[in-house]
Amino acid sequence: MAAKPKPRIKVPKEAKIGELVTIKTLISHEMESGQRKDKEGNLIPRKIINKFACDFNGAPVFSCDIDPAISANPYFEFSAKLTESGAFTFTWTDDDGSVYTDEQKITVS
Amino acid sequence: MKKLSVVLLACVSVISAAAVSAYADPVDEKLIIDDTEIVTRAKAPEGHPFDELLSGWLFREAETRATQADSFANPGMLSVERGEEIWNTVDGSMGKSCASCHNDASETMKGVGAHFPKWDAKAKKPFNIELKINDCRTENMGAEPYKFDDEDQKALTTYIKHQSLGMPLQIDLAQGEMQSWWDKGKELYYTRTGQLDFSCASCHEKSMGKFIRADHLSQGQANGFPTYRFNTGGMVSLHNRFRGCIRDTRAEVPKAFSDELMALEVYVTWRGTGLSVETPSVRQ
Amino acid sequence: MKMNRRQVLGLTAGIALVSATGTRFAFADAPATEKMIMDFAGGKMPATGKITLTAPEIAENGNTVPISVAVESAMTDGDMVQSVLILAEGNPNPDVATFHFTALSGTAAATTRMRLAKTQNVIAIAKMADGSVFMDKKEVKVTIGGCGG
Repeated sequence: MAAKPKPRIKVPKEAKIGELVTIKTLISHEMESGQRKDKEGNLIPRKIINKFACDFNGAPVFSCDIDPAISANPYFEFSAKLTESGAFTFTWTDDDGSVYTDEQKITVS
Repeated sequence: MKKLSVVLLACVSVISAAAVSAYADPVDEKLIIDDTEIVTRAKAPEGHPFDELLSGWLFREAETRATQADSFANPGMLSVERGEEIWNTVDGSMGKSCASCHNDASETMKGVGAHFPKWDAKAKKPFNIELKINDCRTENMGAEPYKFDDEDQKALTTYIKHQSLGMPLQIDLAQGEMQSWWDKGKELYYTRTGQLDFSCASCHEKSMGKFIRADHLSQGQANGFPTYRFNTGGMVSLHNRFRGCIRDTRAEVPKAFSDELMALEVYVTWRGTGLSVETPSVRQ
Repeated sequence: MKMNRRQVLGLTAGIALVSATGTRFAFADAPATEKMIMDFAGGKMPATGKITLTAPEIAENGNTVPISVAVESAMTDGDMVQSVLILAEGNPNPDVATFHFTALSGTAAATTRMRLAKTQNVIAIAKMADGSVFMDKKEVKVTIGGCGG
């Protein structure tokens, strides 16, 4: 049994107002597609992260609806342009209803 | 009928020639991971069949190379992080974690991954990191040894080897009977096996740089293991790769950490002397 | 005039023809992909330009193929990318992902890694806040590895 999905996030600690900031996220997850069969020939049920979202101080920055064609250990890289300091929240939603979250603060000046 | 056989034979030889065909150079690029320059080309040690040793990284496509070069984008780093958790987690009847004795791995494990396998006087055989971990677990922690390729075995091995990132591989053949295990490993490396009648050298020495179907054959170096494979989306141990290669020749596959595969690990690791530890490398 | 899939998905040629003649748009070989594009685009025909899909010409392993999309946009009220749909027409299910952007995104660009069952076209369609729709596609060759691949 795989360990509990664990996110990794890369966000700069500081940014200038209006600067384009690159955000990278990765989470450990097998992303079982529902297309594979086990050794006995039975279909292995789908279990994927189906949604990822990044908010800043409560406002949406970027989100993604995810289908089984996204690779294991889903990776997302995107940008943000900020005018104030605050915190990013990151949320991954699993097919089984579990939600994995993380938070990163950034100082914008 | 005879004519047909001749034609068939001709076809077969054309096919086998095509199966291992075009040569493509490994790239001429530098690999720098978080300011650490990785030695991907090294002068071969004396008695080595090659003049220059090449990391498998040089044989991969640009996207695969870029994923390894970025320690964030490299999904193998998830395994390093898991390994760090295990390092600090108490397990077994003696109430100890790895850290209880070995403290901060970034200090105590630095260089370890570059110098294994090592002779173990008590076991009278070479130990790789996995065997050393299991020995520690049973002898010093009162914990169960990991089963081969347990996710935690791979993660802890990856974490320990990662502490030597960038350091050149250098194993000590003067310890114990390492030299005779090296000899045995060399013999295995050049022994053709399986229905396909391939030795390690058939692909990784004689055909290095060529394509086998769509796969660009590297020197088969051990310096990046455990490696993150795009194929499985997970970590692949060196002995898993050995077994996969041997299976692909359609031969009987020796057990992981058996004397045969330990001898092979000693010899193959020596073949990469001077190349940096890349763990976790990223491969297709 | 009946369009074939190659012409329509061939975009530069296909769209020019469609817009010029107003011919009914059809994916002969990929009805599922066609339906998804039309549903996403609200029945509009996607135009070329503005969106760039970057993908390797040859993927070393179809299980992990890095792709990036970038849409030219000021990301302000008047010029905003709402979302980008990624499809892989040769996969068992063509859906891959839908990216949603906002003014806070600063730019409509994202990178991920996807699975490709075989050599095929990957398609990216951007929907702007004003309802206009743009599309790009790249063929990615998926190789069959020699070893354990």
